[in-house]
Amino acid sequence: MSSSKQALAHPASSADAAPGEQPGAAGRARGRGTPPPGKDSWRSRLYRWDMKASPYAFIAPFFIVFGAFSLVPLLYTAWYSLHNVQLSNLDGQTWTGLDNYQNLLSSDFFWNALWNTFTIGVISTVPQLVMAIGLAHLLNYRLRGSTMWRVVMLTPYATSVAAATLVFVLLYSWDGGMINWLLDFVGIDPVNWRESDWGSQFAVSSIVIWRWTGYNALIYLAAMQAIPADLYESAAIDGANRWQQFIHVTVPQLRPTILFTVVVSTIGATQLFGEPLLFGGVSGSKGGSEHQYQTLGLYMYDQGWIIGNLGKASAIAWSMFLILLIVAVIQLLVSRRLRKSQ
Amino acid sequence: MTATELTTPRAEKVRPPRRPRVMGAGKQLHAGPLTYVVLTVFALVSLAPLVWTAIAASRTDRRLAETPPPLWFGGNLFKNMDRAWEEAGLGKAMFNTVFVAGTITISTVLFATLAGFAFAKLRFRFSGVLLLLTIGTMMIPPQLAVVPLYLWMADLGWSNQLQTVILPTLCTAFGTFFMRQYLLQALPSELIEAARVDGASSLRVVWHVVFPAARPAMAVLGLLTFVFAWNDFLWPIIALNQENPTVQVALNSLGTGYVPDQAVIMAGALLGTLPLLIAFLLFGKQIVGGIMQGAIKG
Repeated sequence: MSSSKQALAHPASSADAAPGEQPGAAGRARGRGTPPPGKDSWRSRLYRWDMKASPYAFIAPFFIVFGAFSLVPLLYTAWYSLHNVQLSNLDGQTWTGLDNYQNLLSSDFFWNALWNTFTIGVISTVPQLVMAIGLAHLLNYRLRGSTMWRVVMLTPYATSVAAATLVFVLLYSWDGGMINWLLDFVGIDPVNWRESDWGSQFAVSSIVIWRWTGYNALIYLAAMQAIPADLYESAAIDGANRWQQFIHVTVPQLRPTILFTVVVSTIGATQLFGEPLLFGGVSGSKGGSEHQYQTLGLYMYDQGWIIGNLGKASAIAWSMFLILLIVAVIQLLVSRRLRKSQ
Repeated sequence: MTATELTTPRAEKVRPPRRPRVMGAGKQLHAGPLTYVVLTVFALVSLAPLVWTAIAASRTDRRLAETPPPLWFGGNLFKNMDRAWEEAGLGKAMFNTVFVAGTITISTVLFATLAGFAFAKLRFRFSGVLLLLTIGTMMIPPQLAVVPLYLWMADLGWSNQLQTVILPTLCTAFGTFFMRQYLLQALPSELIEAARVDGASSLRVVWHVVFPAARPAMAVLGLLTFVFAWNDFLWPIIALNQENPTVQVALNSLGTGYVPDQAVIMAGALLGTLPLLIAFLLFGKQIVGGIMQGAIKG
């Protein structure tokens, strides 16, 4: 790290050393941002050039990375989605127009994946955010060892999608799985978490919920701590109890944060991939024997890298993007409507 | 933690006169016993799968298939870990991932600090639009890049090489935005102007003013970036395979039947998570603080 920083700092010192032997006195007399007197005008030009160009130089690395590895590929993905691109024959691309998209619209698997993405998205996001608000509310009390509680709630976030899913697969297994064993204790028949429709979707969602509830709770907690105390005081003077304070002060004050977490969770749910892939084990890309938990992200991977049709995979990726844009616009409109009605 | 333990009993002794019950910043209510009960349940649910991973990793495959699942440790932990390390390639994967995540962390922190500083404190044309664009890029799913990246990688003959997973993540929009939010309030503009008056060039300002002011946030961003890079999944499993894997690629191979032994799979999951768990143990407070800080104005 230090070597790369030094490499950056070095040109600065050489550029500085060249124009002025005693930058101190002369420089101080100049005043705010005024270029040095015209005597050595190339130096003033250098100074002005530095002021103008450096902001762009500072943001350039980010935009170069973004351009080369996100924006250009995004456009190329659109281009490939209009072609027949096969994994087995990467050089033999042929123009097919909207065939890939037509193919998708008439494919039951696409609609199935879209619907699964939606249902798993709802099952995983709604309880997760509701629980996160509740948890944040509890963490906002004055607690013994408050930092410890927060770190504990965040530990699932340290677990990767792959590690977490491998564990949950075992916990949800039909024979000898911890969860069916615990259900048996309370007299519930074992659930076939792998094969059943809702059971498998719930199981996949539970991995998402487990990993992200604590993270979202911390985001809500940060927002709760920024709510001015006098709002609660006046509510208390009006006779509001704790629950009423929570509903009438906390929740409305959290609205921007709730919107933020809903947007972020929606983006995450739309691209859900690793959890269903590993939940399926050996034939994971199919999303279960009946494709009962194949999401769009999984469908794309299956079509692109298992079946080998990269053109179709590109079309699925762009469909995901378009769906996300539509959802974002809807969320924007809803939040605006809510704000107006307040 | 010790600070709260010290102050709480004192606060209980000198009970202030009864005030209206108020929540919120500054005047938090003390938690009742029920709060602790519910928090304990949440904590158990958070930790139990991890503890059980270790239990399962210490058993045998056959024991894990039997009906009352094991609830305590067995004697096979090191044997299973050894098999995961060798047969599933976790050993090589760990070294690869330390290199990949380390490189990504250093470059992201460096570049994000530069860009964040420019967005927070420098005036330039289109800065508003470019900042919006930066935030907007966080909406784009990684799926929209992987097909072209895969094709280019094949053209370059880079299949299975680590730079394919390093290069696309050398700087992130999240990091840029995170540093901007921090520097906006943590770096007084007067400091920059004072340095300017002394004739300092922009790079000199960065080196002597921005980096020192940004250091706490750089550390937190480094931790968050390392966690993110360690756990990155989609692009690595497309770009790399079992011959030269990252941890997530190796775990993916484990899960799809590379070694059909559940106890070894659990040992692999445990090994692949252990470095981050240790990081959380050491820097949990900073990571929590970073997430809350990033959220507050996000």
